[in-house]
Amino acid sequence: MASEGDRRAGLEVADSRRSRVLGSLSGADGRRGVAIALLSTIVFLVIVVVVVANSPGWPTVHKDFFSWHYFKSSFPEIARAFLLNCKIFLIAECLILPFALLIAVLRSLPGPVFFPLRALAIVYADFFRGVPTILVISILALGVPGLELSGVPTSVVFWGIVALVLIYSAYVSEVYRAGIESVHPSQEAAARSLGLTRWQTMRKVILPQAVRRVIPPLLNDFIGLQKDTALVGIVGALEAFNQSQIDVAATFNFTPYLVAAVLFVAITIPLARFTDWLIERDRRRRQAEGLHA
Amino acid sequence: MNTAAALEIEGLRKSFGTNLVLNGIDLSVGEHEVTCLIGASGAGKSTLLRCVNLLEQIDAGRILLHGDEITRREIDVNRVRRRIGIVFQAFNLFPHMSVLRNVTLAPTKALGKPRAEAEAEAAALLGRFGLADKRDEYPDRLSGGQQQRVAIVRALAMRPDLMLLDEVTSALDPELVAEVLNVIRELAEGGMTMLIATHEMSFARDIASRVCFLDEGLILEEGPPEEIFRRPREPRTQQFLQRIVEAGRL
Repeated sequence: MASEGDRRAGLEVADSRRSRVLGSLSGADGRRGVAIALLSTIVFLVIVVVVVANSPGWPTVHKDFFSWHYFKSSFPEIARAFLLNCKIFLIAECLILPFALLIAVLRSLPGPVFFPLRALAIVYADFFRGVPTILVISILALGVPGLELSGVPTSVVFWGIVALVLIYSAYVSEVYRAGIESVHPSQEAAARSLGLTRWQTMRKVILPQAVRRVIPPLLNDFIGLQKDTALVGIVGALEAFNQSQIDVAATFNFTPYLVAAVLFVAITIPLARFTDWLIERDRRRRQAEGLHA
Repeated sequence: MNTAAALEIEGLRKSFGTNLVLNGIDLSVGEHEVTCLIGASGAGKSTLLRCVNLLEQIDAGRILLHGDEITRREIDVNRVRRRIGIVFQAFNLFPHMSVLRNVTLAPTKALGKPRAEAEAEAAALLGRFGLADKRDEYPDRLSGGQQQRVAIVRALAMRPDLMLLDEVTSALDPELVAEVLNVIRELAEGGMTMLIATHEMSFARDIASRVCFLDEGLILEEGPPEEIFRRPREPRTQQFLQRIVEAGRL
């Protein structure tokens, strides 16, 4: 029987590895470690502040980038524009997750019969991972409406989302594929040996395990996507970056950029922490499993 | 055609690249018979079982299940596999499913049984092998012996005509081997037709109707267990058994 003891031993191994980030965490050593970490952080910050504040250009930079007055006055409008970034992000993500999964599954189809589908998936992933995001957004958002086809949307936001979905699905499909390939072939053998079809095996046995494993890297791509929504501003969508540019042009002060940056960071940093937390939890769980496998 | 044989293998050849693993296997397993395959690692025991379950494509030869050739090109492999259960050395349970779901997945998906019916049958089988209280556990919470018993139940839930067991105790701690062997013994007593690759020689001697010694992809010697274990004819069989005795395994 895999005992509780084994499980706990696994957790301890994981703990000792994690504690390398902060120094040892337990007992008197732990308190000393935390104290040293705190002290060295403070010293580091003080040095940075002193160096920056004493630089010759600091008074100008301070006025141009860190003006509290402009921060307050531009914040409401940029925050409102930032809602568009969030909207683009959410819509794109909901389309990327299933679309990328489809690409990944196509790419993992075996046998010569499926060669055309596999080839198509590979060409797709190669192409859209290879072209700069801003080019795809520009070409689609400025080019397609220019065709003046009836019934085809002309909104730059619409085509911006399409471009982001195309680009990010290429990346995310690779993440899914890595997950699919990480499921041991013996799982497929077990499922097929019971008489399940290839598709049933994929859906019931491979994908549930694969997707669970790639949730942290998927979240990583979410973070990138949230940032890249700012690129849709380039083609005219009134999102946070574009709004901040308008404000900068109107006031000759760069603080609105800072406002936009703060808004992005307010979303992306918690997301990054959450991702790390998931990765850590996942690793600990795997280690606990590994010990009594 | 000999309809009495549950499984017939004729001239089976299989190689992986340039590595010839099965070099013309002829074997017949009668209904309700237990045939044990013994031989050194790499002799081809596992490959033979995987070929019977069509997990490997064979290069030459034929395999017949109750007189029906299952190695025909146009055969529906999924239908064949539903009639043949296989249990692997490393259990290969589905880690993201409860024990009960592991057992009911194939009956519901491959046979289209209603879920309630499949669950009732699974619960009965689990109870029969002392796993009634484990039905809602996940595989990683079980011991190796329990996992392997679940794997056997999972295969049995398809009501197979034939069970293939591939070194099912080799990955277990010594103290857990007996519980799994007892399950197999019970199956044998219940008349299940089985083809078993094993390193457990005393178990093979007890349970087998017939023992086949595999060596370099060939069945070098076969016969009733008393004969193979007491009076092996072939020098290679003698050597192999000698090594087993020296290792204290017989």
